[in-house]
Amino acid sequence: MDAVADISEAPASRRPRLPARPIAGLAGTSFKPEHLGAIRAEGPQRGFFEVHAENYMGAGGPPHFALESIRRDHPISLHGVCMSIGGPQPIDRRHLERFQALVERYEPALVSEHLAWSTHGTTFFNDLLPLPYNLSTLNRVSEHIDEVQAAIGRRLLLENPSTYVVFQDSTMGETDFIRELARRTGCGLLLDVNNVFVSAANHGYDALGYLADFPLENVGEIHLAGHAEQADDEGDLLLIDSHDGPVADAVWKLYEIVVARCGPQPTLVEWDSKIPEWTILKAEAGAAQAILDRHAGKIMPDRTHARR
Amino acid sequence: MRVANDAEPAALDRGDPLSYAAAFAPALLDPQDQTPALVTGPNRKSAVKRYNVYRNNVTVSLIDALAAIYPAVQRIVGAEFFRAMARFHIRATPPTSPLLFEYGRDFPDFIETYEFARPLPWLADVARVERVWLDAYHAADGGTLTSEGLAAFPPERLAEAILVPHPATRIVRSKFSALSMFLANRSEASEEAIDATTPEDALITRPGMAVFVRRLPPGGAAFLRRLVAGEPLGEAASAAFAANDSFDLAANIGAMIEAGAFRAILPGDR
Repeated sequence: MDAVADISEAPASRRPRLPARPIAGLAGTSFKPEHLGAIRAEGPQRGFFEVHAENYMGAGGPPHFALESIRRDHPISLHGVCMSIGGPQPIDRRHLERFQALVERYEPALVSEHLAWSTHGTTFFNDLLPLPYNLSTLNRVSEHIDEVQAAIGRRLLLENPSTYVVFQDSTMGETDFIRELARRTGCGLLLDVNNVFVSAANHGYDALGYLADFPLENVGEIHLAGHAEQADDEGDLLLIDSHDGPVADAVWKLYEIVVARCGPQPTLVEWDSKIPEWTILKAEAGAAQAILDRHAGKIMPDRTHARR
Repeated sequence: MRVANDAEPAALDRGDPLSYAAAFAPALLDPQDQTPALVTGPNRKSAVKRYNVYRNNVTVSLIDALAAIYPAVQRIVGAEFFRAMARFHIRATPPTSPLLFEYGRDFPDFIETYEFARPLPWLADVARVERVWLDAYHAADGGTLTSEGLAAFPPERLAEAILVPHPATRIVRSKFSALSMFLANRSEASEEAIDATTPEDALITRPGMAVFVRRLPPGGAAFLRRLVAGEPLGEAASAAFAANDSFDLAANIGAMIEAGAFRAILPGDR
């Protein structure tokens, strides 16, 4: 009996393959371990879960147990936070190998990272730090995206940042920089609508103008999140990408505009601090799902993110 | 899009166009440092508060990371004390890995030298138990040696047998009651007075998905440390008896099996 079973499971991969879970047209939430009980009590549901890759880079234990449980019944999106793609120094090969191993193990429907850096020298700063936009950084970041995509063997979605400062040696606008990255590397884009709103307010430009310049045809996922308000040195409004509350009304309005233009792309509601009860987070994703469903006819077949 | 212009004074002053991280990073963890000159607000607005958003994100998130790893230490000293202590530590010893569950390995030693923690000489050992707890939490999964598995091993070969430790198994020895303090401050248990000066040894295991922390009986730590190091059962037992003549071999073996400290038993070479 055992020998027969072994032969039937012989294919190359060490683990049984996970069921394919399509993500098209779905809204999702950040997966928080404290919600696991509530999610499992409800059983499989419509929607996806996004996880920060670094939280699942331990050898074993409860994080992997929880993610395997979630992944069996739902599509997941693997969101890297620490690859430092936007930094000048080489990508950390060991970190890239860990990331690649997670892609292989969990077969996520989407894989994404940030246009930002978090490590300099040997110090990890645990924040998404900004970069100047010019030809030198364009070349460097393109190389990094190429390297990541080669390692994981599939398309990466790159997220637009929320920023608070501008670099004096930037010579390109952010949308031009991102469009050129996508053109050179073939990467897709994760459009964080809250980041657009936050950066537009912080830099005094028009969010709709940014979206008009943004290469929406490359968007494969959308992020929504809450932000907080502070003031800059001149006493003007400074928005903070805090992920600690509900999505702002103005961001919902921008989101509707984006979905009308680029179709019902998988949409994540991020909530990473002051995390609410599961039902509250679920309701926030439900609001995004309702908007996606209104645009359900607009799925464009050329936008699927199959393996390259 | 503006066209890159090499004659721009800003570009000339800055030299290497890929030096932005080197210019931006140092002040993130140094409050004495000025806002880096390469950044501004829009339209040349000042960027002090703007840059401070990054400073704040870095500092607060790393303090939060230590607070998540060391909740009992924080509960003992209070949030204000803890966050001040953690702030000193993250500035002196920021993380070198993007895996934050690996961070804070130097924090117990830092606590030992932290001036304001001197009245609490046992605090560093509480931190050592907490650090090891998190290592056990993230350790590789593995099966455990059961009492049946042990009973099936030929008794005449037990003295030479080698035990294979479970990947999560850790032992912490303290001159203080660090384990009792850990247990009292990681649960809702009632706050009974603890005599801090009683030495305690802790065994941390994770046979399934839950981490267990137990108090080891006299001689138990010497015994288990030798087994974990790969010494034969007989030699480990002798060392334990030498360390403490009240060492109870049968009770210790029973407790380590129940804790799931080992994965397998192998015949020794001899």
